[in-house]
Amino acid sequence: MQALYAQLLVGLINGSFYALLSLGLAVIFGMLNIINFAHGAVYMMGAFVAYFLLNLTGLGYWWALLIAPIVVGIFGMILERTMLQWLTGLDHLYGLLLTFGMALIIQGVFQNYFGSSGLPYAIPDELKGGMNLGFMFLPIYRGWVVIFSLIVCIATWYLIERTRLGAYLRAATENPTLVRAFGVNVPRMITLTYGLGVGLAALAGVLSAPINQVRPLMGADLIIVVFAVVVIGGMGSIMGSIITGFALGVIEGLTKYFYPEASNTVVFVLMVLVLLVKPTGLTGRAA
Amino acid sequence: MKHCISALFLGTAMAFAAGSALAQDKTVKVGVLTDNSGLYSDLGGAGSTLAAQMAIEDSGMAAKGWKIDLISADHQNKPDIATTIARQWIDVEKVDVLMDVLNSGVALAVNNVVKEKNSVMINSGAASSDLTNAQCTPNTVHWTYDTYMLAHSTGAALVKAGGDTWYFITADYAFGAALERDTTAVVLASGGKVIGSVKHPLNSSDFSSFLLQAQASKAKIIGMANAGGDTTNTIKQAAEFGIVAGGQKLAGLLLFISDVHSLGLNVAQGLNLSATFYWDMNDQTRAFSKRFSDRMKTKAMPTMVQAGVYSGLLHYFKALEALGGNPHDGAKEVAKMKEIPTDDTLFGKGIIQPNGRALHPAYLFEVKKPAESKGPWDYYKLIGTTPGDQAFRPLSESACPLLKK
Repeated sequence: MQALYAQLLVGLINGSFYALLSLGLAVIFGMLNIINFAHGAVYMMGAFVAYFLLNLTGLGYWWALLIAPIVVGIFGMILERTMLQWLTGLDHLYGLLLTFGMALIIQGVFQNYFGSSGLPYAIPDELKGGMNLGFMFLPIYRGWVVIFSLIVCIATWYLIERTRLGAYLRAATENPTLVRAFGVNVPRMITLTYGLGVGLAALAGVLSAPINQVRPLMGADLIIVVFAVVVIGGMGSIMGSIITGFALGVIEGLTKYFYPEASNTVVFVLMVLVLLVKPTGLTGRAA
Repeated sequence: MKHCISALFLGTAMAFAAGSALAQDKTVKVGVLTDNSGLYSDLGGAGSTLAAQMAIEDSGMAAKGWKIDLISADHQNKPDIATTIARQWIDVEKVDVLMDVLNSGVALAVNNVVKEKNSVMINSGAASSDLTNAQCTPNTVHWTYDTYMLAHSTGAALVKAGGDTWYFITADYAFGAALERDTTAVVLASGGKVIGSVKHPLNSSDFSSFLLQAQASKAKIIGMANAGGDTTNTIKQAAEFGIVAGGQKLAGLLLFISDVHSLGLNVAQGLNLSATFYWDMNDQTRAFSKRFSDRMKTKAMPTMVQAGVYSGLLHYFKALEALGGNPHDGAKEVAKMKEIPTDDTLFGKGIIQPNGRALHPAYLFEVKKPAESKGPWDYYKLIGTTPGDQAFRPLSESACPLLKK
């Protein structure tokens, strides 16, 4: 029974990454109608920026949490301005193919220079060590990841669903022409939104750097699962993607305990089941 | 009758002419089939292709009138892709010898194709000892290392040092299964006990669930029967969960220098590992490794897999020279390789057994503490050497069908 609690907690930790990443995807899909396959690549870039900040400028983890999302976010906005914006109004497939190609190129470049084994990134001193919870040894860093991602997720949800800026955003998705007529610069808002989604992925990348190796393929390994999370939660639903992210982390954790061989397929089995019963996803509305 | 005799004579003459034409054929095509983009690409990958290129240059074959071509491909760690490439290479591209072929699942699949087409595979990167055991063929040489050697060198040393209860974290495919099986045999034979094991999918990023199970087992040794990125993530996350601090010891059953480099000495220090090649063994290995590293884009030192590609290919060229030309007959070429004793600058003197297993010494290393290391890539301390004839499975224990003739 103790082991079970431990697995639940570990699942929650992985769920935080799923939630942060699927949240960014949901924001981008909801506002831009783009299926952002480059999400795994920008997540990886976030981790690499953290690594460079530490090794080239001496700026540690806390600075990386702030700077990496901004740097990668700007990179994302340049991508959106120079390439993605031309795809507005076209079929989803174009955006998907473009971002997929971008992901392959970005990963290929990093792999060319840094190999595949990855680079080390240490846990910051303040978060080293762990607590004995009785049923498990919880590394403090992992606890921090769960709490921090929860805060970021809720803040993003609040920003989009409860503030005036969020209301503009949602309106701009519904009817861009009308919102423009009110004097709102819609293209700029869209660019900023893409930057926000990409920044969230980079933030997840920084969070993951001390746990996993900083590897060029770290995002590619994760992104497919995250897409399944988004599909299960319902494309474009902010709260849906947060809750599904955490829930699937837990389910995956339990699978690792009861039947570890299936742990990397369980998410997809669930996806198939959900699609059969409710094709719009658990919280999605019919278009 | 007269017609008969002259026809016979003509036939013999033609066969003779054809035979000598074949023997004079001095063209060879080498194919490096490896993981160029995935989790094993640092231990093989572009480095394996470079090693093959250096072997071609260093062999001096071109000066003796040989024409050698080199191609390489990425098998993406997928047996189906690998066998398709292998067939295409042998049938269409006329590749004579397949090098590296890392990943045991891939190697066992390609092994069958190579036998069926009577080609040659000199395997450097795959670990499964089945390649020279039940699955042995007259066309395959297993050069660098195998699970039997790893299990006996690392496993036995750890049990002897008091690690008598084991729990395995195993990659869920042919390699992990073979390594766990061979190590279990050693642990049991040395008087130890295996408490349990957990199998994880290849290329996992999160090992915390598996580590918690290993921690709960209270085993003294946690044996990692995985490789590459899977091993580095296991080690890194084990440190996080306080596994070593809690008194359990990690055993990297297959750890490459690229993994240690990636982990950094802070995390990797004190780990035991077995290898058949380390760049800093003697002047010759240092000279080769320096030349190699200078030509690598990442400036990495060679892993034992890459060194094995170099040495294995040089030995193959020796066999071709002894044959006086390329007979394009895989079994014949491999038979010649087995006839000639192996002797090269990287692995030393040895032989190739009738089952295809190349024998050379195996070394037990310990990863240095950061203070002991003089700089990047200065990572290992030698703690023991096992002679080649004891490091690998003795022929008397081999289930290779070739031996039962």
